[in-house]
Amino acid sequence: MSDDTISYKEIIWNGIWKNNAGIVTLLGLCPLLAVSSTVVNGLSLGLATALVMACSNGAVSVVRSWVPNEIRIPVFILIIAVLVTIIQLLMNAYMQPLYLVLGIFVPLIVVNCNVLGRAEAFASKNPVMPSVVDGFMVGFGLTLTLGVLGAMREIIGKGTLFSGIDLALGESAKGLVLTVFPDYHGFLLAILPPGAFLGLGLLIAGKNWIDQRASKKTKWQPNSELRPSPATA
Amino acid sequence: MTTSILRHASASAGILTAFAVVGTTLLAATYLVTSPIIAETEKQAKLALIGQILPATLHDNDLFKDSALLPPAMELGNRETTPVYRALKDGKPSAAVLEVIAPDGYSGKIRLIVAIKADGEVSGVRVVTHNETPGLGDYIEIAKNSWIRIFEGKSLSKLADQDWKVKKDGGKFEHMAGATVTPRAVVKAVHESLKYFATNQDRIFSLPANTQEQAD
Repeated sequence: MSDDTISYKEIIWNGIWKNNAGIVTLLGLCPLLAVSSTVVNGLSLGLATALVMACSNGAVSVVRSWVPNEIRIPVFILIIAVLVTIIQLLMNAYMQPLYLVLGIFVPLIVVNCNVLGRAEAFASKNPVMPSVVDGFMVGFGLTLTLGVLGAMREIIGKGTLFSGIDLALGESAKGLVLTVFPDYHGFLLAILPPGAFLGLGLLIAGKNWIDQRASKKTKWQPNSELRPSPATA
Repeated sequence: MTTSILRHASASAGILTAFAVVGTTLLAATYLVTSPIIAETEKQAKLALIGQILPATLHDNDLFKDSALLPPAMELGNRETTPVYRALKDGKPSAAVLEVIAPDGYSGKIRLIVAIKADGEVSGVRVVTHNETPGLGDYIEIAKNSWIRIFEGKSLSKLADQDWKVKKDGGKFEHMAGATVTPRAVVKAVHESLKYFATNQDRIFSLPANTQEQAD
């Protein structure tokens, strides 16, 4: 992970596609499956996680030379917990309806293994800027997965898109809710937890299919598709 | 040898302490800034919710100033003291808003607020929180369905005790096919809170105002 020359392009590509936290490394599945019942919920928690990851990677990278090796994990966890609690308080103060919807999953960002994983695997060995970008991009990749999964489950389960956007952007945003299928009776399975597993499975299959097609076209041996460094699972 | 280990350990402990101190300071600062805003938004959210079930014409007082604390009561499903918001019109009691818990929902407790007029009639009921199955039991939420409004105007004098049940159990309350446990719990909780109000009405309105709520 720690190349001497760090290419931002590679960091971004890793975070969003190659090592996507949601559908490749499969870390932090608990919030992924639980809150992806609508697009708005998924994107909101994803962005909160991305923000925490950018901040925590930045902070870890800043302090990395002062932290003795044996106490680095408690220090990282401390940093992450402080950041998450700050974000939790800010969300409660300024976006309370959304905070109530996301509920326990906001404080649970602390134990999302992506956050500690990137702090340990990347930020503790790299300069500040690449670390911030890496944290944000891994979080952003997770956000995209949550958004797509949320869209799938919401369209199939409720026949709408962006329902509950007023929780995030205020009452005036209510007009943004799209009704994809009018008079739709809903398909409960998609909203319930099994729908999240099925949807995630389809997403993983879809990504693998795209990758396979791409590697056939370019006649590459897909050895770069090996499993990513497992970080701290 | 021992001293170098000790020195190393104390250095680590010092660094850890320093991080803890900095982290705590940051958290304390954020808490100080956000806590009044959080308290205010929570209050506004609660007032907005009460406003849905208690018409503004029924009261001319500050509901938060005239709230009192009720001791735990079986009928309300509470194990701890809960606030009651008392509506006064021209100084006379006109209604009370009770916080009620239906303990027997399909997935745990359903928290309700119930507004009861002084004459014993239900002014309105809303679900505050619940964990009922999305798409099945969640029609008790006003955002999903207007079912919860069937309580409006009902009272103990209009409906006999045996009618305070869902239709499946031989009562008068409609419910949706596939989810009976949820409405059963809500109907029972509203019924119990009406009974509680009937026996405790005088006490509710004579309780001293809760000074703690007044302070913020």
